[in-house]
Amino acid sequence: MEITKEMVERTATALKLEDITKRKVLTTPWQPKVQYAWDDGPAIGRYLAELKNGRIIARTCRKCRRIMIPPRMFCELCWRPSDDWTFVKDTGVVNTFVISHVDWKAGRLDIKGGERPLTPAVIEIDGASAGMGILHMLDEVDPWQIKIGMKVQAVWKPQAERQGAITDIRYFKPLAPERKRGK
Amino acid sequence: MGKRVAIVGIGTTGFRATTPDVSYRELTYEAAVKAYLDAGIEPKEVGAFVATSEDLIEGYSISDEYSPDQLGAVLKPIHTVPGDFLQSLANGMMLVQSGFADLVVVQGLSKASNILNVGEVLTFAEDPVTVRPLCETPHAVAALDMCRFLHETGTTREQCARVVVKNRRNALRNQRAAHGTLLEACDVLAAPPVAEPLGRYDIAQHADGAVVVVLASEERAAHLRRAPVWIRGIGWATDAPSLDSRVWGDARYARLAADMAYRMAGIRTPRREIQFAEVNDEYSYKELQHLEALRIYERGQAGRATEVGATEPTGEFPVNVSGGSLGCGATFDLDGGQKLLEVVLQLRGEAGTPQLRGVTTGLAASWRGVPSATGAVAVLSN
Amino acid sequence: MGYRRVAIIGAGMTKFVRFAQETGKELAYEASKMALDSAGLDLSQIDCVSVGSAPDAFDGVHMKGEYLADGSGGWGKPVMRNFVGGGTGVMNVIHGWHHVASGMFDTCLVVSEEKMSSAFPHPAGAFVTIFDHTTEQPIKPTLLWIFAIEMNRFMNAHGYTKRDIAQVAVKNKKNAIDHPCAQLPGEITVDDVLNSEVMAYPVNRLDVSPTSDGAAAVILAAEHVARRVCEKPVWIDGVGWALDTAYWCTRDLYYPDYVEVAARKAYEMAGIKEPSKEIHIAEPYDPFTYKELHHMEGLMLCKRGESVKLLNDGVTQRTGNLPICPSGGLLGVGNPISAAAVMKIIEIFLQLRGEAGKRQVPGKPTCGLAQAWGDLMQVGTVVVMRS
Repeated sequence: MEITKEMVERTATALKLEDITKRKVLTTPWQPKVQYAWDDGPAIGRYLAELKNGRIIARTCRKCRRIMIPPRMFCELCWRPSDDWTFVKDTGVVNTFVISHVDWKAGRLDIKGGERPLTPAVIEIDGASAGMGILHMLDEVDPWQIKIGMKVQAVWKPQAERQGAITDIRYFKPLAPERKRGK
Repeated sequence: MGKRVAIVGIGTTGFRATTPDVSYRELTYEAAVKAYLDAGIEPKEVGAFVATSEDLIEGYSISDEYSPDQLGAVLKPIHTVPGDFLQSLANGMMLVQSGFADLVVVQGLSKASNILNVGEVLTFAEDPVTVRPLCETPHAVAALDMCRFLHETGTTREQCARVVVKNRRNALRNQRAAHGTLLEACDVLAAPPVAEPLGRYDIAQHADGAVVVVLASEERAAHLRRAPVWIRGIGWATDAPSLDSRVWGDARYARLAADMAYRMAGIRTPRREIQFAEVNDEYSYKELQHLEALRIYERGQAGRATEVGATEPTGEFPVNVSGGSLGCGATFDLDGGQKLLEVVLQLRGEAGTPQLRGVTTGLAASWRGVPSATGAVAVLSN
Repeated sequence: MGYRRVAIIGAGMTKFVRFAQETGKELAYEASKMALDSAGLDLSQIDCVSVGSAPDAFDGVHMKGEYLADGSGGWGKPVMRNFVGGGTGVMNVIHGWHHVASGMFDTCLVVSEEKMSSAFPHPAGAFVTIFDHTTEQPIKPTLLWIFAIEMNRFMNAHGYTKRDIAQVAVKNKKNAIDHPCAQLPGEITVDDVLNSEVMAYPVNRLDVSPTSDGAAAVILAAEHVARRVCEKPVWIDGVGWALDTAYWCTRDLYYPDYVEVAARKAYEMAGIKEPSKEIHIAEPYDPFTYKELHHMEGLMLCKRGESVKLLNDGVTQRTGNLPICPSGGLLGVGNPISAAAVMKIIEIFLQLRGEAGKRQVPGKPTCGLAQAWGDLMQVGTVVVMRS
């Protein structure tokens, strides 16, 4: 039994955005205000506390020998409690990145008007195991000069402004001076 | 009835009003480690995992993303059931019976303390057009149901108050319970009204906790050291989700779920063939309404039975010896897990709380809470 | 391994549109009713219902499964919802398979619905809540970034170009012209894709499937029922699913391990040793152009690094040796997340019965596959079907 155009014709009525914004169809708006306060637990709690101190901390697993960020109290691959705390560096290497013309609400950035695109990246942190990355932003670099493998350095907020959050690191910037195009 | 499926391991963190020292990850990990140790297995032997969560309760969209790590399920068959724990358990049972896996893990968690405005979350579950704009407290939905239930069955508020007194007292003796306390019926009746006929004490407070269960096929269970607790029957059902089309006062979903479970278990007279039960009592009247829907008591008789002490731990049909939701804490979709936990421990003789003697068959019945009309029932035997 | 045989015996779906006037319940009803009619059954003959729907934040209803239950024929029945993000549609059929293969039920109505337009004006903002609330959300990421990140890795690892990958959009949108429910069918060129608005390099607008509303449903039945009521049942011969770690930044995204693990399980059940030869037609999940290729490799339908070659050689066209997304996929038909994946299952169902109309691939395929993906580049769900 083929699914035909006639069969599906009346199954969904396509509206346009104006039908809704100009109230040609009735809608009921609701703005949810759900609020949470998540307990961080010992691993993330310490991670954030050390970020406030201007440092990045990791946990180790002696079995698989990984140095893990973000830190966790158990190794999810070996299925055993993790072993020790260890500090890692605040430098790293770009594993992959994006040049984004949209923000988190899908709003368009005014790139033509000079607004800088957003450049999030997965950064493998020096001192952690290979491939241990965190998501963060890159800045102070021409988006089109970013390369996979580029070395970067964290730029921290001043001590007084740090709150114990991932945003205590403002962003990562290239470790070496920005290379000129073509070099 | 298909292949027999047993519970061969269970682990829990217990239930506490708040758990500020741990995140959801460590809570589940603790329950999982205990469950696997109990069963004598390692996660790499497990063929499939079923997690239980609802996005808005966890505070994550696509909350299933965060399920595998703390169960040892990385890159394994694991999926999430946004439903009650007993529904996840049913899914786990189906996985074993289909032959897909002979060891299945089922998980549930509550971090209720991390939700700052539960009312807003529950309101978000109401029909966006016909109910939400009325801006009533979600407790009103339960109050409407209670009002009708009392009217139709002749159950009294006093009898409901006795449920609160019993369950919260039971919880005092349960080391895993969060809200044990001594109350008298007059305290409950005199409490500030929330949405009449519900007063403050008629409504269970929330609790955090995690439960992880290991299921095994009959062949596999024979190789494990734990005496199995058999899932003889399981059922679940959804009644009218719309408040407008609902038949009030009757827990029809529980009756349908129980019928399915009893049929599977070959149970004809539940009251005689089952010795005790853990049933959802998130609102005081719910215990009575559920007992009648489960055909443990005739219509209008559950309240009377409570009055004369029949459902006390020493009574002829102990109900909510653990303390139930009122005593342990309301745990959203972990509700069935809290009920199941007690039934399993009683059947194993490990309950600690008043240990019921000589029990061979118990029942767990859950409800997903307002504004849903969904519940599940499991019948277990040792 | 002796599994109880389960077949798909009926299917139904709504049009996929950007803004549907219908409520989620109504969309679910339309799809379910069509599926029941196509199977020649009525609701009383359905033993249970499996509902699959992606984040509640989109429809704007918490406990969305409850809300959809009556529209999905679940009133008074055992209804259970399953959820693995974008992988939900195929997981829904697998979940339905659990119900029937276990022997607990003989028939199951599997319904997937999505009304993303309820998240107004755009659901994109809701996606920020899929990231870790403590370590990632403060950076305000969007789902587009994670796709762009993966696409970048994939291109980098194999030396694929945007030009290579853009052909997927061209193929699928063209295929979708013949799909009656399609939201964005059309004839476009590779240059159209490359010139379309940059969203997040390397992703351009035409690399991305649209936001959609829609519903799709199938009916599953045990063998003895299927043989009695259905002339051409399509058997679910293999199922597999796998979810990788939530720590997505620790994984090399260039290869979807989670798809391979799921596929291996499904192939093992179905007795398939050489998928590239034994699978005649496939519908991998294609929310973005590169994803079709990424998944083809994960499904082992070709070697790693070879998917672009197959695309370039025309192998994956409808007339090729291994048609991929003959339906038009998410890129062409639309992406109401879980319903989109059930649309893929329905496509294989129709193709294996010779009922895909203008989309019918030649050569009478007898074995097909549908796959979905979801979460933080984490889950693979695979179903292998045979006529």
